[in-house]
Amino acid sequence: MYNYNDFDDAFVRARVAQFSDQVARRLDGSLTEDEFRPLRLMNGLYLQLHAYMLRVAIPYGTLNPRQMRQLAMIADTWDKGYGHFTTRQNIQFNWPKLPEVPAILSALADVEMHAIQTSGNCVRNVTADHFAGAAADEIEDPRPYAELLRQWSTDHPEFQFLPRKFKIAITGSPNDRAVTAAHDIGLRMTRQNGEPGFEVLVGGGLGRTPFIAHKVRDFLPVPDLLPYVEAVLSVYNTLGRRDNKYKARIKITVHETGKAEITRMIEERFLEIRPLFAGHDQDLLNDIRTAFAEPTYRDAPTTSHDAFYKADPIFRAWADTNLAEHRNPQYAIVTVSLKAPGETPGDATSAQMRLIADLAEQYGHSDLRISHEQNVILAHVHKSDLPSVHAALKQAGLACANIGLLSDIIACPGMDYCSLATARAIPVAQELALHFDALKLEHDIGPLKIKISGCINACGHHHVGHIGILGLDRAGVENYQITLGGDATETAAIGDKTGPGFAYTEIVPAIERILLTYLDMREGPQEIFLETYRRVGFAPFKTALYGAEGGRDAA
Amino acid sequence: MSRFTPKVVTANALREGDVVYLTTDDRWSRYHHEAELIEDEAHAQMRLLHAAAQRQVVVGAYLADAKAGPKGPEPTHFREEFRTRGPSNYTHGKQTDLPNV
Repeated sequence: MYNYNDFDDAFVRARVAQFSDQVARRLDGSLTEDEFRPLRLMNGLYLQLHAYMLRVAIPYGTLNPRQMRQLAMIADTWDKGYGHFTTRQNIQFNWPKLPEVPAILSALADVEMHAIQTSGNCVRNVTADHFAGAAADEIEDPRPYAELLRQWSTDHPEFQFLPRKFKIAITGSPNDRAVTAAHDIGLRMTRQNGEPGFEVLVGGGLGRTPFIAHKVRDFLPVPDLLPYVEAVLSVYNTLGRRDNKYKARIKITVHETGKAEITRMIEERFLEIRPLFAGHDQDLLNDIRTAFAEPTYRDAPTTSHDAFYKADPIFRAWADTNLAEHRNPQYAIVTVSLKAPGETPGDATSAQMRLIADLAEQYGHSDLRISHEQNVILAHVHKSDLPSVHAALKQAGLACANIGLLSDIIACPGMDYCSLATARAIPVAQELALHFDALKLEHDIGPLKIKISGCINACGHHHVGHIGILGLDRAGVENYQITLGGDATETAAIGDKTGPGFAYTEIVPAIERILLTYLDMREGPQEIFLETYRRVGFAPFKTALYGAEGGRDAA
Repeated sequence: MSRFTPKVVTANALREGDVVYLTTDDRWSRYHHEAELIEDEAHAQMRLLHAAAQRQVVVGAYLADAKAGPKGPEPTHFREEFRTRGPSNYTHGKQTDLPNV
């Protein structure tokens, strides 16, 4: 993975010193909260419902074991012994105290991490496919491009005060695991005449006005990446609605300007900018690429794994759900589930973090990932090591065999932590997982994406869940609205709202009615929920939710 | 004219981030029931101004709806109820840090 050079280190250290001074001045009264707030947000520090929250970037979701251990140390020293991994491939600490935040940032700098640009109207942490550099279906590892974008966008003077925040996602694979179509810019690697490049999507986003992104370029050659992205941001920076926060994202700019016109403007700006990139960016990219060289794979037989797989049903169940195909047939990609039923989606204790770090070091070429689905990935594990990895995970309560299934739920922090939330999300996820675990229906139901947000801002990606749940405040009571048929992949779609929402105590039974209807209507176990929904449509599910009369009493 | 809904002044402590409530004797208490229950709109605005002026002690002071209860003021909205004790997924925050929450 990429290691900081002297410039990166000096930049991050200088920022820590700057922010330490700002914290001191806030505490001694030299700075008012109005003056301090934008400064703390620039450094990822929020004031939430019960405490401060520090959001730390995990660039394109990649971590090394040393960093993971440092996160565990921070959790133990300055927080409550755990961290929360988010849908933005960040980690959030929920209980830091203001005077201690400089020490946390300093500890992060020691392992080449920071909280810069995890808030504010700037280019946020660039996210990527969590299987990058390992997936069998990949055209090219997208992380060197993500790192190039990170370096280019960090403290970029032109883009520190955009109309609104800006999120870029990148995938190197045609199977989109990075939800690129729901980002301000989505980059999908592709090939033209054998050359790698990008399909460029612009103007996707969830939140109160969800949009699937428009494709503005079928093929962008690699050397044009930075000038083209800069052109997109430049056009947005000019056109974006600074007059209205709710219309300030680029998705609204694209919608109001029209795809054809915005594409023309981007191309026009691109032609102006392109000559200014004289090739230094490509030199930098080449340096970055060497940092993402493939690991030196071990060449060893996998027969012991094959025998173990046949002999041990618990291992087999885990392997069937939690492993993905690696480009090296002797290897597998391991997803470590942070979704054991009853647990908080995305939370890991310091002990779990340390164990995962140890496993990555011992069996995983020291390469860890955080997925936007709030799990941890060991990207390269030789198949002969899988039984050992599974046994160690099992001891730490991390061997839940549920990846891609019902209980592998995305949930934002919701009103248990977030000051923007309108309802809780975490306990809904916990209860859904526990309920279906008790019914033993999860494996029968098969692949299913449930995504829960505790407010309209949609951090929990509910719009693109097969089943989406949105928690709202309806006249002082928590109320949950359901959407069906959303899709976060390369066939991205926004789910359909079902109708009136359900009370907190009614939401689990409502989801059960939807799933029993699915089991009843599917053509066989091979037809997953989303396929059944697309085939039979909304009507039977509506009846299941609201009865034949259609929902008058459900609100 | 609509009747004034009683209020408490609440904020977060600058240093710790803890939820705090303004008391009648101008303390910041961690307990909701120790808050001053304000039943008059003009007085509420005065107390909010008083709170907002304490820039080195609290952040983001605002008026939250409340009602009288046997031990003192009680929150009326679920958000404010959560703020009195902490998250529901772990026994963190006031529900463990303070006795009798």
